Amino acid sequence: MIENEVNQTYEQSIHKLGRIWMSAALLIILMVPVAISIKFQVWPGLSQLLGGLLPILMIYLPIGIIEVITFSPMLGSGSTYLAFTTGNITNLKVPCALNALQIADIEPGSRDGEIITTIAVATSSLVTNVILVVGVVLFVQLSPILASPVLQPAFKNIMPALFGALGYMYISKNWRLAVVPLTLMIAIFFVAPAAPVGILIPISALSAIAAARFLYVKKII
Amino acid sequence: MGDYRNGLFMFILGSAVALFVTIQSIVFLSKAWEQGKRMGLSTDKMRKAVVSSAVFTLVPSMAILLTLLTLSGALGLALPWLRLSVVGAITYELPAAEAAAQAMGASLHVSDLPESVFAVIAWVMTLGIMSGPLFIIVYFKKLQNRVNKIKVEDNKWGSLLVAAMFVGLISSFLGSSLAGGLVSILTLFSAALLMLICMTLEKKAGLKVFRDFALPVSMVGAMALAIFYTGLLGR
Repeated sequence: MIENEVNQTYEQSIHKLGRIWMSAALLIILMVPVAISIKFQVWPGLSQLLGGLLPILMIYLPIGIIEVITFSPMLGSGSTYLAFTTGNITNLKVPCALNALQIADIEPGSRDGEIITTIAVATSSLVTNVILVVGVVLFVQLSPILASPVLQPAFKNIMPALFGALGYMYISKNWRLAVVPLTLMIAIFFVAPAAPVGILIPISALSAIAAARFLYVKKII
Repeated sequence: MGDYRNGLFMFILGSAVALFVTIQSIVFLSKAWEQGKRMGLSTDKMRKAVVSSAVFTLVPSMAILLTLLTLSGALGLALPWLRLSVVGAITYELPAAEAAAQAMGASLHVSDLPESVFAVIAWVMTLGIMSGPLFIIVYFKKLQNRVNKIKVEDNKWGSLLVAAMFVGLISSFLGSSLAGGLVSILTLFSAALLMLICMTLEKKAGLKVFRDFALPVSMVGAMALAIFYTGLLGR
């Protein structure tokens, strides 16, 4: 009972803290273009702004919402607020959190998982910040390495390397849940190979939930 | 006037954003650490999460540095640094900047962008990514309460629901990786195979290091193989 109260107090406080920090983050990043416009005395016209913004919003507005719905139950409260403020969620924060859960042998979405994922996402953000600062400071020295033609195939394939390894790690544990979404994704690849991942995520997640419900009701898992 | 894109003013803005994100990360880290101790999580487990996350982050961060490099030609260093530090992603920043430049009849392949285009790019990159955070501020607590309710009502189904969402998510990324061509597909399977080897070494030989660093080891191994496959296939 006492443990439950401690957890609920933490949960409440993290929502409060998260909302405050996230609102502050939005305000700060909004101040950046405002400051640029004031400094350089250039305010974009509405038509110019909408011309650039509309094509982006059409893709990233639904993706932004879908990402929250899909990622947050696994990440938990603290790391969701932090990951969505610090960015690079799909390609860095979520895999990092899941890797930490796997190492600690803790289930995603559990109470212990909430703590481990927050620690993982916070550490990842700090390390990324340091790497970005080093990248900016040593830009001249690092550019030839990053642009090296020999290393290009390695850098170009960071994501397949990440998801191949992470995919095996989790799918080998939950292969029954993976049969339907994986088959569906392979089928979509043959029909529409250029389908953006933002469209694939909800299709895949919904099919996996439907398959899981069926397996659960039929007492197969 | 010097290069405004890499001027002191832009770096002050970049530093402010980076500092904000750093402080927030430290606040959340210490809050989670304290709560973990209260809940009886071992310090060793939490310390391990820090070390493994720090090591893991090194490889995907290379992709972030590459995006910095790509954007720096047209936008200088400070704006991409700032954008890649907060709300956004490597997959978002470049398309957003390109869409804004195109709307202004400009291109990102130049190094002398006028300030008017630069400002529109900054506005579009900022406003285009706000949907996720705004949704979180308004709706996330309700969403989380709903997930918790499902878990209270039926814990097994609640856990399965979370696992299914994740497996669905991973499947979508695996599907999208297939579209990258033969080298990407070979890299994907190589990474999976290397993970299988790491997991087997950990289980059968008891080599714990392969549990803690299986993901970065598999990733770096598969990326090295991507160089080999490219040489082999001549692509």
